[in-house]
Amino acid sequence: MRAADLTTALILIAGGALVIWDSLRIGIGWSTDGPRSGFFPFWLAVLLIGAALGIIARTLSQKNGKPFVTREQLRPVLDVLWPATACVLLMHWLGLYLSSALYMAFYMRRFGHYSWLVAAGVSVVFAVSVFLIFELWFLVPMPKGPVEAWMGY
Amino acid sequence: MGIENLLFGFQVALHPYNLLLAVIGVTLGTIIGVLPGLGGANGVAILLPLTFSMPPTSAIILLTSLYWGALFGGAITSILFNIPGEPWSVATTFDGYPLARQGRGGQALTAAFSSSFVGALFAVILITLFAPLLAEIALKFGPPEFFAIQLLTFSSFIGLGGGSPLKSLVSILIGFILAAVGLDIVTGQLRMTFGLTDLMKGFDFIVAVIGLFGIGEILLSMEEGLAFKGASARINPRVVWETWRELPRYWRTFVRSCFIGFWMGFKPGGATPASFMSYAFAKRFSKHPERFGKGELEGVVAPETAAHAAGGASLLPMITLGIPGSPTAAVMLGGLIIWGLQPGPMLFKEKPDFVWGLIASMYTGNVIGVAMVLAFVPLFAAILRVPFAILTPLIVAVCALGAYSVNSRMIDVWYMLIFGVIGYVFKKLDYPLAPLVLALVLGDLAENALRQSLIMSHGSLLILLERPISGAITAVALFFFALPIITSWWRRFRGVSLPTASPRET
Repeated sequence: MRAADLTTALILIAGGALVIWDSLRIGIGWSTDGPRSGFFPFWLAVLLIGAALGIIARTLSQKNGKPFVTREQLRPVLDVLWPATACVLLMHWLGLYLSSALYMAFYMRRFGHYSWLVAAGVSVVFAVSVFLIFELWFLVPMPKGPVEAWMGY
Repeated sequence: MGIENLLFGFQVALHPYNLLLAVIGVTLGTIIGVLPGLGGANGVAILLPLTFSMPPTSAIILLTSLYWGALFGGAITSILFNIPGEPWSVATTFDGYPLARQGRGGQALTAAFSSSFVGALFAVILITLFAPLLAEIALKFGPPEFFAIQLLTFSSFIGLGGGSPLKSLVSILIGFILAAVGLDIVTGQLRMTFGLTDLMKGFDFIVAVIGLFGIGEILLSMEEGLAFKGASARINPRVVWETWRELPRYWRTFVRSCFIGFWMGFKPGGATPASFMSYAFAKRFSKHPERFGKGELEGVVAPETAAHAAGGASLLPMITLGIPGSPTAAVMLGGLIIWGLQPGPMLFKEKPDFVWGLIASMYTGNVIGVAMVLAFVPLFAAILRVPFAILTPLIVAVCALGAYSVNSRMIDVWYMLIFGVIGYVFKKLDYPLAPLVLALVLGDLAENALRQSLIMSHGSLLILLERPISGAITAVALFFFALPIITSWWRRFRGVSLPTASPRET
């Protein structure tokens, strides 16, 4: 827990420093028509760094041996995350419908141990109903790929 | 005058199309409230793009009904599955789940829904009475007053939010900084884009809501191991009738919880502390406090009444001042802007049909909500019996869908994933997420209010204290900011150290 708290605080400080650097570039002072663009972010970042230093001081003075996350806990989290990331990556080429259907089918097959038939069935029903609701009923277009193009959309 | 306006509002809300939307909203909302990882804020965020083509009044009716539905849905999972779907339903599990285990789930659910209804109704009645007055006062507000209210909003997270005040402050600052990314509309300058065109449009808070609350929450529940072991509940008219006959006995609890809920709720982040506080008060004033936690009906009544009174109250500052009291209200506020309405006190003058339609729909939405959940509880509860291997990817896919459709940009889906991981880490480290979202929504407004105040005063921050109204509000805000320091001195002075409870806040 301590390590995670400290790391987060350090990342915040780095982020704050980045904001300060950018704000100084565009000006934090006063121009003819009021405060410059950098004024607000600059002071926010100064406060952020101050608060993060405070958190570091507090964390160092406390003892908390509890680990941030155990290996057993992290596994199911990563099991959701990496296929989701792959799915979003695929969206760039395959469009949203196909890649989310693939994602659902993959997840059901791999972690739910469903038969291919069930997995394919559920994900196709999902993709088709989303298509009907968003694309046709509410006219909200989603990213589409070669399959949709082949079907004429 | 108020009655006429309300009757006019009812004409809008009772229009068949709007009634149908209210039914759809309540249904979807209840489903969303039952599902882990999807709460009211998320549901509203995901549905928002679908409302772009609707008339604004119908759109807001759909979204508020969804909100009521989500509040009802949270009660179902807390009582039957011991899983609080929303943070403010945590206190409901204390007595709700034991009741369900004893086979009295029907009574517990009836009591919960009825109390929610009473709490929400109380809040809506107060909104009907006070919203026009508050809007009238707010019309006289200038930039310093608005900035002072923003200060008050965020100071209450730090002073009253529980948890670590420094971490609350960090969340607020991150929200404001993210809001500043992109084009500065006042000067036309690019800020913190570091030459990347994708950053020019900044971060959309709706995407942040979907990532932080949706993806972050699903990651958390995966880690904790999703296992739904539900008690079953039978609800039939007889159970409902018998429970209703028992409820008037708790009228004191109802009244007390209504006031606690409304008082806590119109300040941001109020629903969760309100529910805990109301539960604690009910226990303290009860003749048999030892029964609490083992299945006392009053222990369900108290938090549910307060949570819903607070949920309703959080809409009051949104419609009168344009400042949302909760993340869900924040998303709705974003909706208002997208539909081309300017949130704030002018709405009452410019769009009376919208405001009064919205207020009237709060009455109709609650009546529809309580009737529907009472009738279809088993159906809604069945959702949680869908295996997690289907639910999890389904929720992730729906979140991606929602994130993309906000602006039709792929980069938003990536932001959603990143915000999801941030949400997961922050929740584990006890950084509150609600202030981050609110700051992200209000960032531009706050910055402009501050800018204009400074221009008015030629660069002196003292203007906030010099004007009477903003001075009073700023003073209260400064007091809240200092409250954590004051209480820690006080404790040291008294020589005791009490552990602070930190309810999870969304």
